[in-house]
Parts: sequence; structure tokens; C-alpha cells
Amino acid sequence: MQLTLEFGGGLELLCDSVKIHDVNVIPNLEADKLTMKDLLVWVRTNVIKERPEMFMKDDSVRPGVLVLVNDCDWELSGQLDTPLEEKDVVVFISTLHGG
Amino acid sequence: MEGNHEKARVRLCYLCNQRRAALKRPKTLEQICRECFYEVFEEEIHQVIVKNQLFKPGERIAIGASGGKDSTVLAYVLSELNRRHNYGLDLFLLSVDEGITGYRDDSLETVKRNELQYGLPLKIVSYKDLYGWTMDEIVKTIGLKNNCTFCGVFRRQALDRGAALLKVDKLVTGHNADDIAETVLLNILRGDIARLSRCTSITTGEDGPIPRCKPFKYTYEKEIVMYAYFKRLDYFSTECIYSPNAYRGFAREFIKDLERMRPRAILDIIKSGEDFRISTSTKMPEQGICERCGYISSQKWCKACVLLEGLNKGLPKLGIGRSRGLDNNHRKDVKQINGTKNIEGKQCGSLDF
Repeated sequence: MQLTLEFGGGLELLCDSVKIHDVNVIPNLEADKLTMKDLLVWVRTNVIKERPEMFMKDDSVRPGVLVLVNDCDWELSGQLDTPLEEKDVVVFISTLHGG
Repeated sequence: MEGNHEKARVRLCYLCNQRRAALKRPKTLEQICRECFYEVFEEEIHQVIVKNQLFKPGERIAIGASGGKDSTVLAYVLSELNRRHNYGLDLFLLSVDEGITGYRDDSLETVKRNELQYGLPLKIVSYKDLYGWTMDEIVKTIGLKNNCTFCGVFRRQALDRGAALLKVDKLVTGHNADDIAETVLLNILRGDIARLSRCTSITTGEDGPIPRCKPFKYTYEKEIVMYAYFKRLDYFSTECIYSPNAYRGFAREFIKDLERMRPRAILDIIKSGEDFRISTSTKMPEQGICERCGYISSQKWCKACVLLEGLNKGLPKLGIGRSRGLDNNHRKDVKQINGTKNIEGKQCGSLDF
């Protein structure tokens, strides 16, 4: 599944200072769909290069990290249960850096 | 975004009931669209400004600008509201150059772009000019312990001195609701009653030379960041390279955990801070003037002068730790016996109250 991931608000520093990542995520064979929950695990393994604890806490993003799926707050689409589709754009922004 | 990959369950905006909702407001839990969000976000800040009479027509106002999200959004929204509601304010950007290579030099570039983008004149004051030391030099001398104390004390004065140079009537800062809730908690954790009673005031220092106010006192950090993101505002977001900030970090994380469970917690903590009554038996420091530089101080010398004296004499420990007049000697002794590490008031780079 082709997705565009964008990291901002300082989170890009966890992935070699690259803000935009075009990625191809292979969904788990047993599940026929990909959710945000799956994507977070995939991102932590494949995209985050350092300090993963700045990105995730337990099985979700660290509190203070905003998530938007196609420019919509993921709190409106079910957070971890948000289903993802081909060509979706997922944005992660930290609110925890600087002021 | 093209329609072909919109989610099946499209929710409509709670306010206009026409456009697709784009975010959930932490304050009200309403689901609203981008356009309505801009409107309520700006209007609420306008209401805070009007209700608290933060400004008078014709005033010169400096915006403390770090290049970070809060001050960038503040500069943008304030110049917008100034035009829209004819506040009649002369707005300026005021930045402090602490002399931190790879951090402040980069963020100052952002402020310089904001100067052009928003058409606001910018003044930069530097630690080097004001105190003869950059933070890089201070850290080389004292190491990574207590450096945030130096930086916090120096920044507070630097902003006042910059504001005096600009001849402004007031200084506004981008402290948001999350910051204030966090500071309420920290002041409780430190037993700092003087700051606890002060930190929720929307305007402070009215008796001093330059009052400060916080138009974002009730504005959630989430909304500030969403606003900056949707409006594609240009801000800088890197952690200060010298700031370990563990204690404040814990408080911040705690607030964010609470917010996730119950977003209102942030406003409720602020409310608790506002409603605390300070008992009359608590000794509050008396405000005087520094004998050396004339800055406001509750001691003979202001904190910045004590710290500078230490730096210049090669005794950088001078002025580190708490000393609030003779009454506190007893407490100081107890601390020394216990060998507890003192946590001085202003730890964090961008925050001081």
C-alpha cells in the first residue's frame, strides 16, 4: 500500500531530518486491511531511526503527538482503528518541541 | 485532497454543518471544519483580549518571538486581529539571541522570515551584548549543570531590556494553556507559593517597567499546532541542545497524559491555580531594585547580576540554588544537610513566569 508519511514539529529529527517519506507498506497477510495501529508499528520499525520513545508510548503515539489522516484529525476517524487506504497521507506533528 | 480517498464516514462540521470536520476541539470536544476552526480560534483570542483589557488603542506592543510554534502563531493572529478589529496597536517582534550555535541561530532565521511575512519590525537583543557572555561560552565554563538557570534569568531581563529599547508599553508572550497548567503543577511541586499565585495571571508586572501578558492563556497547544499546520505557518521546532529539563519534562508528560483522558483537565488545573488563596502567614518576597543594575529585585542584587558576578570571577556556583532572604536560611540548611539537589525556578528554555 502506497502511503505518504509526513513528520513535523521536531519528529523529523527522529528520522534523519527527512520530513516526507513515500512508503510502501505491506499489510499483514491475515488481516485484509491496514489500520493506524498497524502503521504505527511499521513506522517505528522502518522509519524511526532514534529515540522511538519520543514517537510512541505503549501501542499509540506519545501523548502530545498530533496525527492527521488526509488532513483530518485522527480523533475524528477512530485513532488507532482508523482504516488506511491506498495513497493516504498521514501526518505526525509533535507539540512537545520548543515554543 | 482528492475525493477518491476520503473516508467512508465523513463527519460534517458541528458548527456550519456543511463542510467536512477536520479536527476535534480539546476544549469543547466539538468536531469542526477548518474554516470554522480559524474563526472560533481567532474569535476566542479576541474575546480574551477584550475581556481582560489586554491592550489600549495606540499602544506599542512587543511580541516575544522565538521562532517556535506559539510565538509564530501569536504574531500571525495578533497582527490579523489588530487589523480586523482596529486595536490601533503598533506591533513589534522581539527576539533574544542566547548565543547557542545550531539552535538559536537557526530559529532566528525563522523570526527574520516572519518579520517579512507579517511586516512586523524585528529587534534582536543578544546575551553577548547585554552580559558579555553567550550561552555557548557559559556552558563551556560551567558545564551542563544549572545552565538553564542562567539562560532563564538572563532571558527574562533581556526581554525587558529589549522592550525598553523598543519603547513598548507591553510585552506579549506565546505561553499557552498547556504551559500554564504545567507551571501550576511545577510551582506546587516546588512549594513555590510566590510563583504559584502569579503564574496564572494573564497580565503580570503591572507595577514594573513593562507589563507582560499572555493572550494564549486559554488556548490549547493542540489547537495552536493545528492552526499553524493548516495555515502552513513557518515555525522552527528543535529542542534546545543544552536543555535536559527532566523535571519539567515529567510535568509536561503528566499533563499530556491527563489531556488524553480528559482534555478539560488543562483548563481545570489553570482554574485551580487561579482559585488558590495564599494564606497571610506565608511570607512573600518584597520587591525592590537591584543596587547594581537597577532591575527589579527582591534582593540587594538581582539574580542576573549575582550570576554574572560568579561567571566573571570564575565562581559559577554563585547564585545557584535558592536563597530568598534571611528567613529562608533555615530551609537552606535543611536542604544542604539532606544533600538534595536544588531545583531553581526557571528551568526551561522558552518558559518563564
